[in-house]
Amino acid sequence: MPSTKPWLSLRPRRLPLSLRVDRRVPRVLAVLLAIAALSLVFNVSQGEYPVPPLEVVKTILGLPSNPDYAFVVQTLRLPRALVALLVGMGLATAGAILQGLTRNPLAAPEIIGINSGASLVAVGIIVLLPGLPVGWLPIAAFLGGMGAAIAIYLLAWNSGSSPIRLILVGIGLTSLTGALTSLMITFGNIFDVSQALLWLAGSVYGRSWEHLWPLLPWLLVFLPLAMVLARDLDTLNLGDSLAQGLGSRVELTRSLLLLCTVALAGASVATAGAIGFVGLMAPHLGRQLVGPSHGGLIPVAALLGGCIVELADIVGRLAFAPIELPCGVITAVVGAPYFLWLLYRDGQRPALGSNG
Amino acid sequence: MLLTQNGKTPLLLATGLVAGVLALLGCLLVSILLGAVDISPGTVWQALVNFDGSTEHLIIRTVRLPRAILAVVVGAALGAAGAITQGLTRNPLAAPDILGINVGAALAMVLAVFLRGSGGGDVGFAFGGAAIAAIAVYWLGSLGRSGLTPLKLVIAGAALSYLLGSLTTGILILSQRTLDEIRFWLAGSLAGQDMAGLLPVLPYVAVGLAGSLALGRPLTLLSLGEDVAQGLGLQTAWVKVGSAIAVVLLAGSAVALAGPIGFVGLVVPHVVRFAVGVDYRWILPYAMLIGAIGLSIADTAARLIIRPQELPVGIVTALIGAPFFIYLARSKIKQ
Repeated sequence: MPSTKPWLSLRPRRLPLSLRVDRRVPRVLAVLLAIAALSLVFNVSQGEYPVPPLEVVKTILGLPSNPDYAFVVQTLRLPRALVALLVGMGLATAGAILQGLTRNPLAAPEIIGINSGASLVAVGIIVLLPGLPVGWLPIAAFLGGMGAAIAIYLLAWNSGSSPIRLILVGIGLTSLTGALTSLMITFGNIFDVSQALLWLAGSVYGRSWEHLWPLLPWLLVFLPLAMVLARDLDTLNLGDSLAQGLGSRVELTRSLLLLCTVALAGASVATAGAIGFVGLMAPHLGRQLVGPSHGGLIPVAALLGGCIVELADIVGRLAFAPIELPCGVITAVVGAPYFLWLLYRDGQRPALGSNG
Repeated sequence: MLLTQNGKTPLLLATGLVAGVLALLGCLLVSILLGAVDISPGTVWQALVNFDGSTEHLIIRTVRLPRAILAVVVGAALGAAGAITQGLTRNPLAAPDILGINVGAALAMVLAVFLRGSGGGDVGFAFGGAAIAAIAVYWLGSLGRSGLTPLKLVIAGAALSYLLGSLTTGILILSQRTLDEIRFWLAGSLAGQDMAGLLPVLPYVAVGLAGSLALGRPLTLLSLGEDVAQGLGLQTAWVKVGSAIAVVLLAGSAVALAGPIGFVGLVVPHVVRFAVGVDYRWILPYAMLIGAIGLSIADTAARLIIRPQELPVGIVTALIGAPFFIYLARSKIKQ
């Protein structure tokens, strides 16, 4: 095969799997992995008690090093930095799937209401049942996100599902759950409410191993599932009727993909709150790097999302030290102008999305 | 020119308007009669005509009466702002709250409380926030060749709301004092506002309402399409600027008085169009009336549902309005 082809075909012999990805994907993935690792180490090394980056690496790898560092790195900072990375990956993947699914480049879990369902349940638990162990929060938030997604899908069903109705119904549902969330915020104990707000803004503050472990299985199951479904997502992108003609089971695939979105977004929101605009930004940056084919886009977007949240956490911790800003505020401040630019570019290129 | 609306003559529509005013007075009366404390209708009447300074009379005069008037003012402002927004954008899903204008005003008010300490922000901040958000959302929604599609406008509004909302959250995280002072207001509430707070804002509302009545004819022409309206000699640019100013005045005042109350501006124009047709000369006065009646009822309900405590009325309107928005999205968007 001549190496000038823009595609790279992956066909493992034993697995019923075949992917065609952009030739740039491996290189981009390698670079992103390096950035993710560097930002992770940097995030761990910075703080009130600085640890030299080399010592951080040594401690993480279990090589002999200063025992004081071990506590700071292993117990305090490493889990938090890892959570930031994983949450970013989850949100970005959810966003990538959702944008493919709705064929709308402006869709993101926070815009269409999945985050708000998870937020409602989580805030409800923080305010109404402050005694409940933190381990329950992710499960409950996941169920909340799931409930919201199912409601959106069913309500948008009007003899068949439509991407545009999905978005609009999602916006409506966001207002509804938002009203209930403000109800909790209005009547809750002021200290619980402060906690809940921190969570609503999206923050990895104080996340430890006990937050990390419940998050991991979700990513380990649904990230690969999303990868497997990537080809079907490409097919769905051609439009429902064409996808049906090509032999894709449209409604089944769509439900499965929606399940992936909800699982990834729900678990991420459950762990670190509603960190906004990651699910919107990462897939777009990814498309610019490796093109729109989802086989390559999904892993690239996932890593990009991880990097974004990690960097946002670094900025949030260092910019106004010793006051710490939630990383969700940072991503919103960066993400909103990006969103504006997207709308602008969308206008220049009518092919994208505006099929309203 | 006499336009008849699905067989409804101007006489019939005017009669309806009078009936609406009577219904509004009825709502006002009910709103004053009912509340956390039971006060007999006779005492209420005495308090209104023959004030003697007793606790019950004080409740009527300083709490319930201002609040009932506030509901009417804010409801009329929101209803008119919604009708203008929908007429201007020719978009059934548009309203100041959906487009992020209310959230912009709210952020500005929160910022004012945060920066200046206690005492609350003044209405100027609300106007500034509403104006910036309105310009931003209109600019965003109309970018590019395809122009102002309904979907783009609504999505731009949702994103803007999200951004402004998270900035508000950021401020509230930094300052628990601001949070405690403002959280009830932030959900949209008519509680705790007296005549002294209402009076300074009243002129702006009056100007906004009068201006919107004057916009009735141009908006009707504009609803025929921009090209037709221009062909009929309408200065569309001025109509748009005038409408935007009216919306900012009305929405900004409403937020300054009662916080970001959602969905009144969305639902009311639909109810009105269903009743009176497509002529904005009738839609606008009806929208004010129905908005005022609707918010009075919602506020009375908000005070009675969990007596003796009360709900922020913004939550009641959202619980009624959001399903309506979903219904609209289902039925109006064909794909």
